[in-house]
Amino acid sequence: MMDNSRRRILQLLGVSALALTTKPVFNAFAKEEVAAEAEAVIKAGTKALKAKQWAMVIDTRKFESEADLEPLAEACHKIHNVPHLQNKRHEIKWIWGTHYHNAFPGKAARFLAEEVEDRPFLVLCNHCENPPCVRACPTKATFKRESDGIVFMDFHRCIGCRFCMAACPFGARSFNYRDPRPFIAEINKKFPTRMKGVVEKCNFCAERLAVGQFPACVEVSDGALVFGDLYDPESDVRKLIKKNYTIRRKQTLGTEPSVYYIV
Amino acid sequence: MNNKTLIVMGVVIFLIIVLFPFWYMRGKATPLPDPVLTPQAKAAQKCVRSTEYMRADHMRLLEIWRESVVREGKRIYVNPEGKEFNMSLSNTCLDCHSNKAEFCDSCHNYASVRPYCWSCHIENPKEKT
Repeated sequence: MMDNSRRRILQLLGVSALALTTKPVFNAFAKEEVAAEAEAVIKAGTKALKAKQWAMVIDTRKFESEADLEPLAEACHKIHNVPHLQNKRHEIKWIWGTHYHNAFPGKAARFLAEEVEDRPFLVLCNHCENPPCVRACPTKATFKRESDGIVFMDFHRCIGCRFCMAACPFGARSFNYRDPRPFIAEINKKFPTRMKGVVEKCNFCAERLAVGQFPACVEVSDGALVFGDLYDPESDVRKLIKKNYTIRRKQTLGTEPSVYYIV
Repeated sequence: MNNKTLIVMGVVIFLIIVLFPFWYMRGKATPLPDPVLTPQAKAAQKCVRSTEYMRADHMRLLEIWRESVVREGKRIYVNPEGKEFNMSLSNTCLDCHSNKAEFCDSCHNYASVRPYCWSCHIENPKEKT
């Protein structure tokens, strides 16, 4: 039977008040425990290159044939363990060459300067400022990185739904229909491979930027590709854009690509 | 209660089947895993964090590393002693622990966990060519 006397209630209040005072005591103990092992700190490397939005300018006038693009794609695919699959439907590519009318549909007139028509155009992920692939991704495996504007992929999270591939208007993404490992001629042990069932694409060489190096394709391009911060008016890319007439792929779609072409 | 014998027999057979593994393995225990350290790891004395922390929480540490490298682009880990590490499974962890079979697998097999790290990360940056 409940004893609702005044005395009982006062007793309860007293015990409750006592219980409340134990919290600071517990906290003090908990703190001591934490102090025993100091916290670790996570930071960016001192050599890391920083930008608000990385961008690239491609001077297409410096490329004459498919063969001129070969070393650039080769350099990229080699360090990123991109497999070489013969079957066109299974092909994986991060950077490759295409014709003007494929790279810039809608901008190709019926009759074109012969020189432009024959010229190969280097295409890769545009690292759009308004990326549709990011909006399509249901797991946030692909995302726009706040720190440097790279449209990045977390392969751990990719579930292989390929919505991003459908959303990307540039065909910049490839899907691993097969286990890629047997198709990598020479594995770069410094970089992971991918596994069957994930999408992959160019990462603007984020792993190289982190240690103060420019992307591999830029490095071997002999000045035909220029890399820099789009929001730094003094950057090399901005200087080039200021001086030359540049176009971007499918600009009317509003994805705001960060790769500019001098034609 | 006409089926008494049948029921008793059934219960006995059931018990035999259920208890068979215990009887079969009686007195035998799978030996505790004994992960082998490479000479390099031994020389280093201490991992990124204390042995106890690594033993209990290495998977959480790797998760923190992954999130910060992939999502924030921060790649340097400064441990409580102030030593800096490049946050990379392939290039930092496996550089020292270059014996996956004797180190990683020994415990993972014992605990029957199958992490899929190695479907992408290359097991051994040193030995494999």
